[in-house]
Amino acid sequence: MTNAANAIAGLETADGTPLKAALARALRRKRMRAVLLVMPLFIFVFLTFLYPIGLMLFRSIDNPLVSEHMPRTVAALKDWTADDLPGEAAFAALTQDLEDARKSGAAGRLATNLNYQTGGLRSTITRTARQAGKLEAPFKEKLIEISPAWGNIETWATIKLLSDRFSMVQYAAALDRKYDIHQNVVPLPEDQQIYVTLFMRTLWMSIVVTVSCLLLGFPIAYMLASLPLKHSNLLMILVLLPFWTSLLVRTTSWIVLLQTQGVLNDLMVFFHIINDAGRVQLIFNATGTVIAMTQILLPFMVLPLYSVMKTISPTYMRAAQSLGAHRFLAYGRVYLPQTLPGIGAGCLLVFILAIGYYITPALVGGQDGQMISNMIAFHMQKSLNWGLAAALGGILLVGVIILYWVYNKIVGVERLKLG
Amino acid sequence: MTIKMNFKTFAAAGALLVGTMAFGAAQAAESLTVVSWGGAYTKSQVEAYHKPFTKKTGIEIKSENYNGGLAEIKAQVEAKNVTWDIVDLELSDVVRGCDEGLLEKIDLSKLPAGSDGKAAKDDFLPGTLHDCAVATIVWTTIYAYDSSKFKGAKPTTIADFFDIKKFPGKRGLRKNPKVTLEFALMADGVAPGDVYKTLATKAGQDRALKVLDTIKGSTVWWEAGAQPPQLLADGEVVMTTAYNGRIFNAAAAEGKPFEIVWDGQVWDLDLWGIPKGAKNKKAAMDFLVFSTTTEQLAAQASWISYGPARKSSIPKIGSYATKPDMKMGPHMPTAPANFKKALQNSPSFWADYQDELNQKFNAWLTK
Amino acid sequence: MSLSTISLPDHAGPSEIIWHYIYIVICTLVFMFLIAPLFVVIPLSFNAEPYFTFTKEMISLKPEAFSLRWYQDFLSKEIWQVSIRNSFVIAFGSTILATFLGTLAALGLSRPEMPYRAAFMGILISPMIVPLIITAAGIFFFYASLNDYVQMTGSYFGIIIAHTVLGTPFVVITVTATLFGFDQSLVRAGAMLGADPTTVFFKIIMPLILPGVISGALFAFVTSFDEVVVVLFVASVDQQTIPRQMWAGIREQISPTILAVATILICVSIMLLATVELLRRRSERLRGISPG
Repeated sequence: MTNAANAIAGLETADGTPLKAALARALRRKRMRAVLLVMPLFIFVFLTFLYPIGLMLFRSIDNPLVSEHMPRTVAALKDWTADDLPGEAAFAALTQDLEDARKSGAAGRLATNLNYQTGGLRSTITRTARQAGKLEAPFKEKLIEISPAWGNIETWATIKLLSDRFSMVQYAAALDRKYDIHQNVVPLPEDQQIYVTLFMRTLWMSIVVTVSCLLLGFPIAYMLASLPLKHSNLLMILVLLPFWTSLLVRTTSWIVLLQTQGVLNDLMVFFHIINDAGRVQLIFNATGTVIAMTQILLPFMVLPLYSVMKTISPTYMRAAQSLGAHRFLAYGRVYLPQTLPGIGAGCLLVFILAIGYYITPALVGGQDGQMISNMIAFHMQKSLNWGLAAALGGILLVGVIILYWVYNKIVGVERLKLG
Repeated sequence: MTIKMNFKTFAAAGALLVGTMAFGAAQAAESLTVVSWGGAYTKSQVEAYHKPFTKKTGIEIKSENYNGGLAEIKAQVEAKNVTWDIVDLELSDVVRGCDEGLLEKIDLSKLPAGSDGKAAKDDFLPGTLHDCAVATIVWTTIYAYDSSKFKGAKPTTIADFFDIKKFPGKRGLRKNPKVTLEFALMADGVAPGDVYKTLATKAGQDRALKVLDTIKGSTVWWEAGAQPPQLLADGEVVMTTAYNGRIFNAAAAEGKPFEIVWDGQVWDLDLWGIPKGAKNKKAAMDFLVFSTTTEQLAAQASWISYGPARKSSIPKIGSYATKPDMKMGPHMPTAPANFKKALQNSPSFWADYQDELNQKFNAWLTK
Repeated sequence: MSLSTISLPDHAGPSEIIWHYIYIVICTLVFMFLIAPLFVVIPLSFNAEPYFTFTKEMISLKPEAFSLRWYQDFLSKEIWQVSIRNSFVIAFGSTILATFLGTLAALGLSRPEMPYRAAFMGILISPMIVPLIITAAGIFFFYASLNDYVQMTGSYFGIIIAHTVLGTPFVVITVTATLFGFDQSLVRAGAMLGADPTTVFFKIIMPLILPGVISGALFAFVTSFDEVVVVLFVASVDQQTIPRQMWAGIREQISPTILAVATILICVSIMLLATVELLRRRSERLRGISPG
């Protein structure tokens, strides 16, 4: 080995450069060519995918409004300890800041921003901003007269909390926590806790979907793998067809099938399994979401299972059985362990796709089938609390990235099968 | 061979693409995008406003639907790409949108006097003119039931809606704390005048949610205004909260056996607002002025049972457009018989408590 | 049909025979679960009544219970016409871009000299893995920040770019799959015989990867054709697409027109699937992978 290396080191090419260097250069050039081919897509993905996601994550910690539009108040509250109301200087600073904010048109946005943190502050801010220009010193009593909220320590603590441009306020909210007046993280009152429950439910529903996919996918993958190819190809089409059919079409068909006045309930009434008054609620709840998601994600389980099972030689099973093992024992001890890579790949993939699901729960989830993506959409589109949406998205993203990393480690992303 | 063919296809698709983009751009110039709530309500606006406006000015109107809220407007304004020209808004959204600079200021002096000669500011009902918007209608959220499902006693009060023992069957409710919580409190005996005072306290909020707890297991939640009549018609629910005009339309136009219970109605205004930076601002303002004249407002009331915002329009309300023998007057939310126990939705309350109550309401839904 | 061809061992005992039939029943049920929802929609789309269930007349196959009225409704509404046009424009545009970028990258990734292969692959596939709602939110913020310079939200261009990034992972996967096990000595052989790199590409590599390129392109096409979340976030009324129109319809009131649209889309997917399957077999034959 060493001799061979030394021998190469001694060799030279026709133009006199050492062979080792020439080879290294050739390799570098080849590498360069490979990288150049990948670069256009990499740059494209970076610009239109990675950077935007980074931009979203930035929003989850960025809170510029208060520091930008209330500089005087922020300065006045710098050493305030929240044990008592701040002094007249802070009230004067606030009056001037709000007057400027009204002039620049930022008062409304400021009000919204503070209101996300403490309900009721919106009208306090807008009302005060409207009158701030007409006020004269001393301000303290006049402000409290305009809105009693200025007499609460909590109001001032909210301003102080948001006065840092970068903070974890949104992440605290995304985990059902908040900062109290002394800036300690405390749990929200129980009747306002929602996101942790929702994350847990998202995990739980994804696990149920994954297990259902495995239980349903295993037998048919086995059948596909053990049939001769010309038969299995026909059955494979049944697996692949849903894969190619629009998600919205499949969701629509589940609504048609499962709604209380739908096909399945009609059939059950027709066969007297239930009476007309006892129709079962199968959709617009968690059950319906799990059923629909299982069907939609099943192909992602069957394909990796099938490709692993295809490589398992039937001779092992025959050997085990001829050595006297019962058929079931042979399955459990010999066949099943060999399918583990396929099970791992399928389960991980289904689980990763399931925890980010949005469309199906939104359409058939009703009230208890909603997942975390739906709450992100709610804050993006309805409440307009984009910072909180970004924080919830950030937490979900970390979960997905960890799972994806695991998938990449143990399965390898290049083994992903699409048919 | 195959490669060549592919290139041809690519080129053809590319040409198609460029062509369509250019076409799309040219089209945008002489049209107006009017955004409203869809279904029977949009139809009434199309008949009373859009069609006559297009006929008069030649400006084509594109009609888009939404489910209320400021989200899309805020997204468009912040993205500096405002594609909506004029939007039908609820009052609380007007207040908030105006504060946050999402809506254009409206020059109210451009509004013409009523047909009886009274100046616009006197002709419009009190509270219907706003710095950023002009009201068209008074509408209300009521609850309605399918009369074929109740053979004996019929529900008559707001409390009956929450009485699952006396009137068994599924309920439909809007998936939104707004109005839902007010209904719950009034059903629990809170007088309309005290509802918002009560709802501002934690005890009041808990009280409302406790009332909702009693029907939570048998509630179907809706989001779009077109859904409640559909839910009733499909038999998915026996009674549901709804916008009164939608139920009127299902009953009058489609002959459905739906009855409205007016007791405890929560009324509100719909106003035209123009998003900040709208591309066709001038045409939008022309449309606003045109559609809020006495005649047009009265015309809308013959298509759907929402009350016009101008006093001078009220005597001009005629019969239902497709049934000349059906007077619209008694179906209006403001008709004295319907208006006995009514609450005006408070925009200032909701501007303050929307975020907090959304959070509580969603948490309650998740439990 | 083919289910019974699973062989039972000759010496199977009664319990094994029973188990065998139970197994076949289970598999049949699972296949039905997979496929049944699609085939409920098709007959219902011909319902003469505006209901989502089979009427007595339909079950007794009376001709008057069936009609094409929902298809007429679909074809006569302008909004659907516009949606069809938009969906095709956007899907074609993003397919072309995704296929071009994805194929180039796959060629690079399949070279043995490619450094940090797994890492690059992981990043380039990630648009398929990251939840759509996160991608859509990110793209929305990004486009909003660009609007000062170039119109991205509410433009065909913006949606095509976003759909391209969602479609490229499929192209990368399918093309690298066709290059899997590709014998690089073929390229060297071609070069030694005097062919320049372009000729090598078109004569040796292209025929091999073409099936993968086309399957990838079809995947990218359906990805865009079926995508609704990004469209909801960044499109305006002018870029109404079929899925967005369906989404609005399902959320508000399902009219049977949606079932007619669904049926048409199912037929389209059957055709696409058939194309991809034929290509896959051709590719396996070309690469000498025996189909057994």
